[in-house]
Amino acid sequence: MGTVTDTAPETAPTNAVELDCAAMSTREVNAALHELAAGSRVRILNPRGRHNLAVALDQELEIEIAGHAGYFIGGLCNGPSITVDGFVGWSLAENLMSGTVRVRGNASECCGATAHGGLIVVHGDTSSRAGISLKGAELAVGGDVGHMSGFMAQAGTMLIGGNAGDALGDSLYEAVIYVAGSIASLGSDAQVEDLTQEDVDRVRSLVERAGFDHVSPENVTRVASAKHLYNFDALKEQKY
Amino acid sequence: MCGIVGLHLKTERHRDALGRLLSPMLDCLETRGPDSAGLAIYSEPVQEGFFRYSVRIDGLDPDTDTKAEVATLVLELSQDLGSTVTCERFRPDGAVLIAPDQVDAVTSRLAERRPDATVVGFGPHIEVVKDVGRPRDICRRHQIENRTGYQGVGHTRMATESAVTTDHSHPFAPNADLALVHNGSFSNHATVRRRLAQQGIRCVTDNDSEVAARLIGREVDSGATLETALKTVGQEMDGFYTLLVTTGREFAVVRDSFACKPLVVAETDEYVAVTSEYIAMTSLPGIGSAKVFEPTPGEIHVWER
Repeated sequence: MGTVTDTAPETAPTNAVELDCAAMSTREVNAALHELAAGSRVRILNPRGRHNLAVALDQELEIEIAGHAGYFIGGLCNGPSITVDGFVGWSLAENLMSGTVRVRGNASECCGATAHGGLIVVHGDTSSRAGISLKGAELAVGGDVGHMSGFMAQAGTMLIGGNAGDALGDSLYEAVIYVAGSIASLGSDAQVEDLTQEDVDRVRSLVERAGFDHVSPENVTRVASAKHLYNFDALKEQKY
Repeated sequence: MCGIVGLHLKTERHRDALGRLLSPMLDCLETRGPDSAGLAIYSEPVQEGFFRYSVRIDGLDPDTDTKAEVATLVLELSQDLGSTVTCERFRPDGAVLIAPDQVDAVTSRLAERRPDATVVGFGPHIEVVKDVGRPRDICRRHQIENRTGYQGVGHTRMATESAVTTDHSHPFAPNADLALVHNGSFSNHATVRRRLAQQGIRCVTDNDSEVAARLIGREVDSGATLETALKTVGQEMDGFYTLLVTTGREFAVVRDSFACKPLVVAETDEYVAVTSEYIAMTSLPGIGSAKVFEPTPGEIHVWER
C-alpha cells in the first residue's frame, strides 16, 4: 500500500484523505477508496493521465482528482461525487449508476457512455460520441461536442452548451438532446422539435446543477427521435 | 490495439535526449501493444550521395564475434559496390551501415553476400529498429536511451490481423526516410495490395499497415506532399486508423473519418509530441504548459522542420 495521508482534523473536519498516484498503483488507490466510510472526502493527487481512477464505488464519497486523468474515470459508480480538476481521456463515467462526475476541463471520446443515472458535467468540450447509448443519466457539456454524439441514446438528457458536431443524435431512442449553439448536422432519425415549457424547466434545472452561466434555457434547440428507426417494440416480449 | 508515440523537436534543445525521452513513452504504451515494438529515429544526414541502411542480419550468432562478421560484410560490400561502405553502429540484430544511395544496388549486393540480411529502413536521416518482445526490453536491447536526433516515432504492437514477427512489426519504412506507424486495421488492404502489385510495388509481408506505407511511398515518389499522400490513404483505404507518418522533414498525423482510434497531440515551443494516450507523454519536460488537443476525424496535421 502506498501513501494514505489523513490531514489534520482541525483543517479538514470532514476527514479529508489524500491518495497519491505517484506512490500508489491504480489498484491501491481504488482499494483505498472502497474501504472509506460513506461521507468521506478524498483528494487523489498526481493522476498524470492515470486510467480507471475512482471506479465502481458504491458509497457516497466526495472525491477530487487533482490534475489530468485518463480513461474510464468514475466508471460504474453508484453514489460518489467526483470532480476532476483537469482533462480526462476516453469513456468518462461509463455506465454511471448514480452520483455526480464533474470535469473542469475537456473530456475525450465516449463521455458518459451507457450511463444509467446520475449527473455528468463537463465544463469544456467533449470529442466524438459523447452520450453514446445513454441509458438514463443527465450529461451536461459546457462547450462543444464531437461527431456522433448521442448515438443510440436510449434514455436521459444531454445538454450541449456549445456547438454539436456532425450526425448528432443518430438512431436516438427516448433520450432528448438540448443544444445551445449550432448543430453541424443531425444523424439519421434525429429531428428538431418545438421547445415546451417542460423542456425549458428541465434545461433550467440541469443548467443550475451543472453551474453553467452561459446557457439560456429558453434558447436551446430540442433534438429527439423521429422514431422511424425506433425498433425496441420488436424485442418487447423477449427474455434475456 | 496498438500504441503510437512520436516526438518532433522544433529546437536544438533535447536533441541529445531524444532516445531518453522516447523510451519511457514507448514503455508506457506496452499495455496497448505487448508483442512487438519498433522505432524510427531521425538524426543529422550522412554525407551527400550516401544513405544510412538499418540492416537486420538474422544469422548473427551472439556467442561469436558479431562485430567481426559485420566488418567482413562491410569490406565485401565496399568491394562489390566500388565505393566506401562504413558501419555507423553495431546493433544486437545487425548494424547501421553507411553506403551509397543506390538502394537497389546496395540491397542486391547485400542479398548476395548475406541472404539472411534485411534492410528495415534507409535514407539520409533515418535509423529503423524493429523487434519482437516487450517495448522496455527492446529499448534496453537496442540502447534507445542513447540515441540522439531531431525526430522519432515508435510503435507498440498488439497483432490482430497478421503474424507476430520482426518483419510484421512497425514502423514500415519502404521509401528513403519514410516511416509509418499505425493503430487500427485496414479492411481492404488485400485489394490495395493487388493494385499496388500491378503497378510493380510489392509488399514483403501480409500486414495491412505495410500496404498503407507503400501507398504513401508511391504518392511521395510521384511528387505528392505527405499531406496529399495521407488524403489518398483516406480515399483508397477503408478501415480504422490513426497514422503517424514521417519523412526527413515532415511529421504528420491523421485519424480515420470515424476517429475510431485515439490520438493526443501536445505542442510546446520546443516540441510536438503525439501519443495514443495522454499518460504516455506525462514524462516529457514542460508537458504541464503544452497545448494539448485531439485531432478531429479525418483532420490531417503536418509539422515541418
